[in-house]
Amino acid sequence: MSRLASLPETWDVLIIGAGPAGMAAATVTASAGLSTLVVDEGPGPGGQIWRAIMTTPVMSRPILGSDYWAGAPAVRTFYESGATYLPSTQVWSLDADGVAGLSADGVARYVTAKRVVIATGAMERPFPVPGWTLPGVLTVGAAQGLLKTSGHYPSGRLVIAGTGPLVWLYAAQLLAAGGRISALLDTTDPGARLAATRSFPAFAASPYLAKGLTLMAKVRARVRVLRKVTALAIDGHDRATSVRFRRGAGSEEQIPADTVLLHQGVVPQVNLAMAAGVPHRWDDRQLCFVPELAPFGQTAVERIAIAGDGAGISGWEAAVERGRLAGIGAARALGISHDSLPSPDAPIRRLRTLARPRAFLDVFYRPAVAFRRPAPETIVCRCEEVTAGEVERAVEIGALGPAQLKSYTRCGMGPCQGRMCGLTVTELMAAKRGVSPAEIGYFRLRAPVKPITLAEIASLPVDGTIVKAVVRS
Amino acid sequence: MTEAGTERRDYDVAVVGGGLVGAAVAWGLARLGQRVAMLDEGDDAKRASRGNFALVWVQSKGLGMAEYASWTVRGSQAWPALADALSRETGIDVALQQPGGFHLALSEKELETRAQNLMRLHNQPRMVGYETTILGAADVRKMLPDVGPEVVGGSYCPLDGHVNSQKLLRALHTGLARHGGTYLPGRRVNGIATRDGAFRLSTPRGELAAAKVVLAAGNANMTLAPMVGLSAPMLPERGQIIVTERVAPFLHHPVVTIRQTDEGSVMIGDSKEEATDPAGMTFPINTVMADRAVRMFPRLARLNVVRTWSAIRVMTADGFPIYEQSTTAPGAFVVTCHSGVTLAANHALEIAPMIAKGALDESLGAFSARRFDARPR
Amino acid sequence: MLARVDDRHQRTIHISIDGRAVEVRAGDTVATALLAADIAACRISAVSETPRGPYCLMGVCFECLVTVDGVGNRQGCLIEVREGMAIETQSRRREAGR
Repeated sequence: MSRLASLPETWDVLIIGAGPAGMAAATVTASAGLSTLVVDEGPGPGGQIWRAIMTTPVMSRPILGSDYWAGAPAVRTFYESGATYLPSTQVWSLDADGVAGLSADGVARYVTAKRVVIATGAMERPFPVPGWTLPGVLTVGAAQGLLKTSGHYPSGRLVIAGTGPLVWLYAAQLLAAGGRISALLDTTDPGARLAATRSFPAFAASPYLAKGLTLMAKVRARVRVLRKVTALAIDGHDRATSVRFRRGAGSEEQIPADTVLLHQGVVPQVNLAMAAGVPHRWDDRQLCFVPELAPFGQTAVERIAIAGDGAGISGWEAAVERGRLAGIGAARALGISHDSLPSPDAPIRRLRTLARPRAFLDVFYRPAVAFRRPAPETIVCRCEEVTAGEVERAVEIGALGPAQLKSYTRCGMGPCQGRMCGLTVTELMAAKRGVSPAEIGYFRLRAPVKPITLAEIASLPVDGTIVKAVVRS
Repeated sequence: MTEAGTERRDYDVAVVGGGLVGAAVAWGLARLGQRVAMLDEGDDAKRASRGNFALVWVQSKGLGMAEYASWTVRGSQAWPALADALSRETGIDVALQQPGGFHLALSEKELETRAQNLMRLHNQPRMVGYETTILGAADVRKMLPDVGPEVVGGSYCPLDGHVNSQKLLRALHTGLARHGGTYLPGRRVNGIATRDGAFRLSTPRGELAAAKVVLAAGNANMTLAPMVGLSAPMLPERGQIIVTERVAPFLHHPVVTIRQTDEGSVMIGDSKEEATDPAGMTFPINTVMADRAVRMFPRLARLNVVRTWSAIRVMTADGFPIYEQSTTAPGAFVVTCHSGVTLAANHALEIAPMIAKGALDESLGAFSARRFDARPR
Repeated sequence: MLARVDDRHQRTIHISIDGRAVEVRAGDTVATALLAADIAACRISAVSETPRGPYCLMGVCFECLVTVDGVGNRQGCLIEVREGMAIETQSRRREAGR
């Protein structure tokens, strides 16, 4: 029998995601004596930032850096906390009563928890450019995950394109590992640079400035960095072979490439929280939907809290603190006395410090409009192969929002369930209609938020009255 | 389009409802040269059109009203003409297929109930003649080689088929625009008054005037109809649907609860619950639907489900359509039914011309809501 | 086309990709194994049937779908390799029952 099948039915706390936030939350609740179940779809703990922290073959510490290795003690503390940890397990449904649908190795079942912490983290913002569906085009995050889990890095002609801290971090890690980069196409919007000056002092006062400048200097010393890239397309027949681009208003240039890595920031993963009924709002600075949260990560759905980058992008250090707070909040709600829990004061103070430099990063690395609302011929929905132009045409014949868009075009209806096109769709429709992204909203999401087979659904428990609602004569 | 105040344009006909029924009537009217406005709710609308199962279905329809059976057969026969017209006018192929369809039974008892129901249906007075056959397991297997061992038989009707209902909706909306019709989403109709020989429809974005009004707002007809001296008793139902990833074609006949779309997805559906909240979904219902589907077609077992959803189904109090013109406010019509897909051709190609002309045919008399007055409910 | 840093001794695992014997390292995912074998395209897209390959490697994009031990459309980036595993790229649409 699988581990999932033999699991108890009810739990005090269910934590979804074993990254920095999920592990921190679990450490608090399990240490307080609450039965705590942590599920994660990955094979090991650490989330994306500390991916494969216990198994990585990249043992030379300078390659992945100190932020990565900070994960090792966090994982050890988590392991010792007494939480039950279930890797390689998908959460495909979650409702307001704390009932979660889990699936692993073809077995599905429900568990019920009095409190749930969603700590599913971030994903990379969609980067729709012509040719982004070609094999050989991956995200920078994908390449970084590859390096962490298996020590692999691209060995052919490599072009990295995009903007954001991860671009520079990965480039530096790759160089340290022995890799080479043909060119780094920097799409950072010069306009955003200007807009960010106001928030620069707070950033300059943080350790991030020195850290960032050092990384950039390391990369620039060894890589051809082409700045002010305003247009980008990837060419190839069966796989990527070259990248076409423009700098400023300049003429088109082209460089050969075997692998192209794209990145323009990260955004919260919202599918599970939205499907569970957690209200979200449009964040105008981070250009994404974020959940509406109380100080301990609580949502309008009483049993559900959210911690980590899924609560709004703020980095792994903040994720740890928000995870602690969510754990403290859940434990308090379950009647654990304040004295037997860590004090929330330190995490709250630390979060305040960590938030200060964030405004600068958000504005400085805000992706340019051209890469958020692509030209008409660009594929937006990778699954159903719907282009930006088709989205705009749907607005022309009367689609007011994503729900009607689905009816007209199937956009967002493939296996990824809108993850790769949702934000692009919101921004395209908002611009076309001349309204705010908040007014357009996001796809309406429902279980299953991760794939589950028909046989698994068929195997779940039911009662007799429900059978009557289905059988027809 | 003005955002507030009076919408200046006047129309020959205002169609209330932009789903499959409203869009079929609106497109049908627009292609006859009528100036049509189709009013619809916003993106948060309940939209029964998204919850439909896309069958063009004949078997089992009409127990309790033989006229509905005849009307359905006509609809099925008129469908190819509708598909052709839409394809010609909009370039959208709505993927009509009418290869005959099945209703499968997983026990002898289910098969027996099925046979009895069909017998009662076909023994009604004035019942239209068409073929529906009860088949044993071996005969079912000849046409559906993938059925599982638990399938003991089923009924088969050669008239049954299906379409791609999303493409149908898009084609009707596109066609409406091509004929100069105006689609006005975000206009939930709050009131209808008659003044100066015109119907005045009030919406959150202002008032709109039209010489005629067609109520095709599904379950909302219940509240709209009395505003123009009509009645439309409705009993909404919730239905749930499961959709799998796309797979290579293997199911060449639609089954009343399982069909493979032209795009390759397998749709499993057709539960019914009395409920009005489309967001509420009883996930265990999906379990029963999935279990039955896998027993009918074991090959489905390992397919990944990519979506499930529930929607409110439009359902009149007795399940049959209501077509009627108001006697106290002539020019106001109600057009409402459960089977917006099956009857799309009738609505576009028969009802719309009658509305343009100003009178519904007497042959549609059976569909008057007056039938509800005669019967205590 | 991948190079590798490998300073932790890990078990070698024997799998097959489209019938070809391949050696990988314990802890690698199916998607990694494909990329390491220079297989950039692992399936065709559902609509235009053009080649697709791993994109996000974190379970979000559903591009790295492959057939693993006879079961189609599995997310290669979330599955670790196991001794004797048979991976097949998908040059046609998945068939119901596979």
